[in-house]
Amino acid sequence: MREVAVLGVGMTKFGPTDLSIKELFAQAALEAIRESNLTSRDVQALFVGNVLGDFAEGQMNLAGFLADEIGLPPRIPATRVEGACATASIAFREAFMWVASGFYDIVLVGGVEKVSSMGTPLATRAFAMATDSHYEEFCGLTFPGVFAMLTHLYANKYGISLPTLKEQMARVAVKNHHNGAMNPLAQFQAEISMEKVLNSFMVCDPLQLYDCCPFSDGAAAVVLASREIAQARVAKPVKVLGVGQGSAGALSRQKDFTVMQSRVASARQAYKMAGIEARDIDLCELHDCFTIAEIVASECLGFFEFGQGSAAVEKGSTRIGGKIPINPSGGLKSKGHPIGATGCAQVYEIVKQLRGECGKRQVDGAKIGMTDTLGGDAGTVVNLILGV
Amino acid sequence: MYKLTHAQYFTALKENRLEGLKCCECEAITVPPKATCQECGSPSLEVTTLSGEGAIRTFTVIRVAPEGLEAPYIVVLAELKEGPWLMGNLEGIEPSAATMDLIGRPVKLGHRVVTGMRYTAGEGVVPLFSLAD
Repeated sequence: MREVAVLGVGMTKFGPTDLSIKELFAQAALEAIRESNLTSRDVQALFVGNVLGDFAEGQMNLAGFLADEIGLPPRIPATRVEGACATASIAFREAFMWVASGFYDIVLVGGVEKVSSMGTPLATRAFAMATDSHYEEFCGLTFPGVFAMLTHLYANKYGISLPTLKEQMARVAVKNHHNGAMNPLAQFQAEISMEKVLNSFMVCDPLQLYDCCPFSDGAAAVVLASREIAQARVAKPVKVLGVGQGSAGALSRQKDFTVMQSRVASARQAYKMAGIEARDIDLCELHDCFTIAEIVASECLGFFEFGQGSAAVEKGSTRIGGKIPINPSGGLKSKGHPIGATGCAQVYEIVKQLRGECGKRQVDGAKIGMTDTLGGDAGTVVNLILGV
Repeated sequence: MYKLTHAQYFTALKENRLEGLKCCECEAITVPPKATCQECGSPSLEVTTLSGEGAIRTFTVIRVAPEGLEAPYIVVLAELKEGPWLMGNLEGIEPSAATMDLIGRPVKLGHRVVTGMRYTAGEGVVPLFSLAD
């Protein structure tokens, strides 16, 4: 297997926009290609993530249209992948394996999502399609519902009173908005207070509005190539050190999902491949679709003992400058969560951080970064480890 | 090959009967049905009727519903006497009364037929639990 590196990355500003799926994708993809000192003609394959295009724009068979939009010639295979919110990370892992195998030398990977035109009822319905269609959807399960049940499970299991846990969760929102305020591509670039989080309306007991990430439009893209090509083309290639992916069925099959087995397995694969452990990670962009989700992810990835993640937030361990800075970009919570793009947007942040280009939100001296992307109710989880 | 399809499971549930699968290799119970044991992955399964009794392990009140459904309503995950967990709705209490002390409360099984949601392959039948204490 060959060593693989990231040459360039691109990303749109996240948030509601009039741009179409094709236009959003092209903006990110062309930026990534330009940053790689390449042209569209150099790309040998495209892997692109998108979840809801069928419902948002009535657009299936998306990959060919996206390839055409950015000027890839007819000989270039373009493949759409879908794994709910983990979509773009799956695309990244596929692209990585094709380059690592030697089959391709230069591959473009990206993700794109457009939901702002769908309206909340249809968007909520379409998102819920990432739960089990026979045994969860008919119960009226929504994604806030999944993580609301996780919150109650966590509080009960670890003997933490719900008001205490809610405060710890609110600190996740405050931290991530603080980070997002320093990210010019974030959907929300404003600090929020504990009071604002804890007084926002109840979406799904006990999750309030500011426990939840927003609906977002946006795109992100990454160019991967062999290490030799990367070193010849760009000044600061970022190496792909490890990848992992895990799978799971409906929540009822997973039982106590405070420990998400698909995520634990995925992270273990990535650490093993990179030859490192959780304590070697300098920063992590992880899947904070809800405040409790960040806490549980930080435990499953091994940064904190199970049951200790919520207290770690209170201690400031996950702030920039803390023991393990989590979501310096603002995370899904503040940066936004265009679900088909999120995995590549996490890679975008890690690459910029490892190159030292993040300005006020820079994690000093970062050498190794990790991403964590959760699809559905842990049905698909991907972890990526990058390093310089 | 299917000992119990989703349609057969739904039909039984409409009579408030909870059909599951017992693994011929590890004896674990799988419910709702699938092609393989949910604990060991074996395809060697036989149909067994379950008690429909269990205890609530977690819950939520959905206040923003997907299109086709009307909020608020309660979703629960119950641990059945026979071991598996099962997702359903909870009736008989007001959403405002759904607090942490629901966890551990015993429940018994009923059912609810769900129609009117778009993008489904026919109707759904959902376990509708009620408190049993």
